[in-house]
Amino acid sequence: MPYDSFNILTSTAIPLPIENVDTDQIIPARFLKATERKGFGENLFRDWRFNQDDSPKTDFILNNSAYKGKILVGGHNFGSGSSREHAAWAIYDYGFRSVVSSFFADIFRNNCLNVGVLPVQVSVEFLSQIFESIEQDPNTTLTVDLFNQKITLGAAEASEFFEINSYKKENLLNGYDDIDYLSNIKTDIQKFASTTPL
Amino acid sequence: MKQTLFDKVWDSHVVESINKGPDVLFIDRHMVHEVTSPVAFLGLKNRKLSVMYPERTFATADHNTPTINQHLPVVDPLSRNQLKALEENANEHGITYWGLGHEKNGIVHVVGPEYGITQPGATIVCGDSHTSTHGAFGAIAFGIGTSEVEMVLATQCIMQSKPKKMRITVNGSLNKGVTPKDVALFIISKLTTSGATGYFVEYAGEVFEELSMEGRMTVCNLSIEMGARGGMIAPDDKTFEYIKGREFTPKGADWDKSMAYWKTLHTDNMATFDKEFIFNASEIDPMITFGTNPGMGMSITKPIPAASEIQGSKTTYEKSLEYMGYKEGDQMVGKQIDYVFIGSCTNGRIEDFRAFASIVRGHKRAKNVTAWLVPGSHKVLNSIKEEGLLDIFENAEFKLREPGCSACLAMNDDKVPSGKYAVSTSNRNFEGRQGPGSRTLLASPLVAAAAAITGEITDPRTLI
Repeated sequence: MPYDSFNILTSTAIPLPIENVDTDQIIPARFLKATERKGFGENLFRDWRFNQDDSPKTDFILNNSAYKGKILVGGHNFGSGSSREHAAWAIYDYGFRSVVSSFFADIFRNNCLNVGVLPVQVSVEFLSQIFESIEQDPNTTLTVDLFNQKITLGAAEASEFFEINSYKKENLLNGYDDIDYLSNIKTDIQKFASTTPL
Repeated sequence: MKQTLFDKVWDSHVVESINKGPDVLFIDRHMVHEVTSPVAFLGLKNRKLSVMYPERTFATADHNTPTINQHLPVVDPLSRNQLKALEENANEHGITYWGLGHEKNGIVHVVGPEYGITQPGATIVCGDSHTSTHGAFGAIAFGIGTSEVEMVLATQCIMQSKPKKMRITVNGSLNKGVTPKDVALFIISKLTTSGATGYFVEYAGEVFEELSMEGRMTVCNLSIEMGARGGMIAPDDKTFEYIKGREFTPKGADWDKSMAYWKTLHTDNMATFDKEFIFNASEIDPMITFGTNPGMGMSITKPIPAASEIQGSKTTYEKSLEYMGYKEGDQMVGKQIDYVFIGSCTNGRIEDFRAFASIVRGHKRAKNVTAWLVPGSHKVLNSIKEEGLLDIFENAEFKLREPGCSACLAMNDDKVPSGKYAVSTSNRNFEGRQGPGSRTLLASPLVAAAAAITGEITDPRTLI
């Protein structure tokens, strides 16, 4: 599915300083019954965000109006567990375009890259610094610069380089996806398949 | 050059390598289910593409299916709609489809091996993280997202950077009452839930050599719970014996040709790994989890560790114990439980039900326990009946349900109520995994059986 290309994003951020946030928390399984990719943002972090009677949990960060923005900052090992791409869809649909953490689970990272959400892996120290800065001032901004692979905290008070493979970077900068690429090497794939028995 | 098992299978499936980018990996077999495929099929439609090799894709309904009255229409309209979409998509694209009620229906990772779709040296993907199960046969098998499902349907390939390699060796022989599930929970407790992220694991050593294929599947299934993309075990005579004669395995001269290749699938002496762990089987007791990720497991005889003893965030740890209603230093044995679930792609095979039966035989279900016994497939269900296990279950006042993923992720009606404790043979104890507010204790079929008849957490060795 096409997504908006990604270049530079400057935004305030929402901090979620919890480790091992699994995709069941990002979107619980009971909300995976759609046959179209629509409306998943409503159920992002459903059981952390709402009580069982659907009233908002006032102590959860997404219900605190002081915090807003297009960047989600999560604790170590963000996105573990189930492969459900719905987790990345819910994050995108809610309005986030980038997730920052000191460590991401593999499948979640791939899913994000495939739907136009940029996962930015920073050092443990830099992540702590981001959390502290936002805690002190919720209006602190982060700038994620994909072209230069650089994330900057506030008005350049600190920055860090982040890794992304150049193929995926090119895709995100231009809004391309893998099927575009693979469709163009179809004859190579057919040739390969003919030598690979079922 | 000396190669690992993983290198041999991966490298032989690379269509091309992109400079500073991923490999284009050819996928031999693709399995789909109702939950993660509809948007992928919709994507194909929007792009006006068809399925490139429908004979390489297999569909089964499992995630949201009811486990009672499967002959009747599915009550939940959303689930019914998703199941209908799978059936229509499979029919439209000429994909083998084993829907609800079909004699071959069952959990995707149970039926794949049962019908020989799973084979050594193959690349297998599915929009489900527990696809790692199929690695038990020496396949490279891993879970993918829906965009990747669409990619595989459209091109039979996936773009993937080659993971690093890890070997986990467990030597020695297992103690009494210790099952493959305990081995896996033990390893995850040592490595943590992210300890193998970025790696593909090979399991080696006497313990895995001795395990049955069912046991190997349980271990490989749980690879994802320590973050690994997948886990695999070199195929051996046990593997070949298991797959021989199954519906989708090669026959005659093709079998001989395949065997010649499969016999080369082992890690060469002196081949190297990026990371190695070595454990001894004598260290492993029956295990149980006490927290909200599968890395929070320990010997059933131990007290819950203090926050000061653990690595990682103390706040996250305390939040987890609070959710579970447990305290540091609590003993697990003797704690009352409310539900028992045996089933799932982790422990829903015939061997698991045999283990459960070995404990409950001659006892009665504890009055405070609701038990869900859910076979992984119709084939497992039939074996339970044929082997006389059903009689044992019924005499002990247990009811057997129909196949599906069931309470492992509670997409159907099999939900553990808020605040209740479930000893579960499944794979995840995340908050709300088995229903909003549910509290999951992951354990082996033996531990689950012991809890089912005593109504509390019980060391199964006291009942063997």
